[in-house]
Amino acid sequence: MASYPPKLQEYLDDFGFIGSREERVDYLIAIADEFRPVPAAIASKPYDEKYRVVGCESEAFVWALDRPDGGLDFYFDVLNPQGLSAMAMCAILEQSCSGVPLSQVAAIDGEVVFTFFGRDISMGKGRGLSEIINAVVYSAKQRLKAR
Amino acid sequence: MSDISSRGYANPDKLVSTEWVAAHLQDENVRIVESNEDPLLYPSGHIPGAVEVDWVKDLNDPLRRDYLGRAGFEALAGRIGISPDTTVIFYGDKSNWWATYALWVFELFDHSNAKIMDGGRLKWLEEGRELTRERPTISPTSYSAPERDDSRIRAFRDGVLAHTQAGGQLVDVRSPGEFSGEKLHMEGYPQEGAVRGGHIPGASSVPWSRAANDDGTFKTAAELRAIYLEEIGLNPAEPTIAYCRIGERSSHTWFVLSNLLGFNDVRNYDGSWTEWGNSVGLPIEK
Repeated sequence: MASYPPKLQEYLDDFGFIGSREERVDYLIAIADEFRPVPAAIASKPYDEKYRVVGCESEAFVWALDRPDGGLDFYFDVLNPQGLSAMAMCAILEQSCSGVPLSQVAAIDGEVVFTFFGRDISMGKGRGLSEIINAVVYSAKQRLKAR
Repeated sequence: MSDISSRGYANPDKLVSTEWVAAHLQDENVRIVESNEDPLLYPSGHIPGAVEVDWVKDLNDPLRRDYLGRAGFEALAGRIGISPDTTVIFYGDKSNWWATYALWVFELFDHSNAKIMDGGRLKWLEEGRELTRERPTISPTSYSAPERDDSRIRAFRDGVLAHTQAGGQLVDVRSPGEFSGEKLHMEGYPQEGAVRGGHIPGASSVPWSRAANDDGTFKTAAELRAIYLEEIGLNPAEPTIAYCRIGERSSHTWFVLSNLLGFNDVRNYDGSWTEWGNSVGLPIEK
């Protein structure tokens, strides 16, 4: 069983120590503030629908670009300006998954959403956020499969 | 979108515009309340002076599937610093879906001096109006509420069964796929599904979002009448029950029928499909 990307594990450890809802929300907002949408050099609007995350109401898009070292660089956008949770999730994934071994990315379980956002997250939001993770994991698995 | 007063609503006083809210930010008789599905939105930026009412931790009983009781409502009202005379303005994400839900719960406790900010959070945002992360300092109040009145605007399973057997008006506000039984849950909400798919016998399908424009504002009365009266034939004088999956989307339709179109007797069945579609022996149509 491959370990998770180190930065993702670091985030998971951080969130594991969080004791209150307020603390969790503040941390997620701080992470969402770090979100940067895909550069225009990679993709411009209107985006190709094949990059859309199906099931995400915040209209997230994910791009996975091959790197010379065999890893992937991940880029994201969230079209809904109110999609703050999606932005936080994308920021975590961008910082954690770009350039790390694909086996680590492929090992990520969508359930980590609940470590970040808590168990009381609405079902719809939990599903949408898991689908962003699934899109990243799927890209890594496809590259591994093709080797 | 036209002025609220020119849209022909039965009760235009239940809606206020973003301009009205901007002009009443310092009004001591007004409390602005944000209610969202996403718990990150309010802390990330809200209308100056607005407080938050969260649908999970503030409005629902933590153990039973029910709403808060009288003591809980009094505590909530005290925390957000309102009196029975305070004008409460709700707004939120998803075209005010959660704002209308909160307003409906407040009306269960007879706090009827409550209104919706037309267009909700998105309209305020898109108009470039001020948002702040600063939480307001609220002086707590002592609020004396009546017992929750479930008899007027809330429907329960047995009442819905009797209503449908008598041929009463029912509006299913879920998506067409849920109504037909093709889907057992709303897209993206797999764990709030049901054992059986379909709809309550006799229900008409009108997804809640048909009442809203793309910018989240409500359609005009004429447009709403074309949908609810002319298209599906509802009679405003007859009792009507709206339902969805857990009663949140249908609170939006409840607001439209009762306040904007002036239907006499509209109830929200908050048990909705997660109760009906899981209950043993209840009739279902596909």
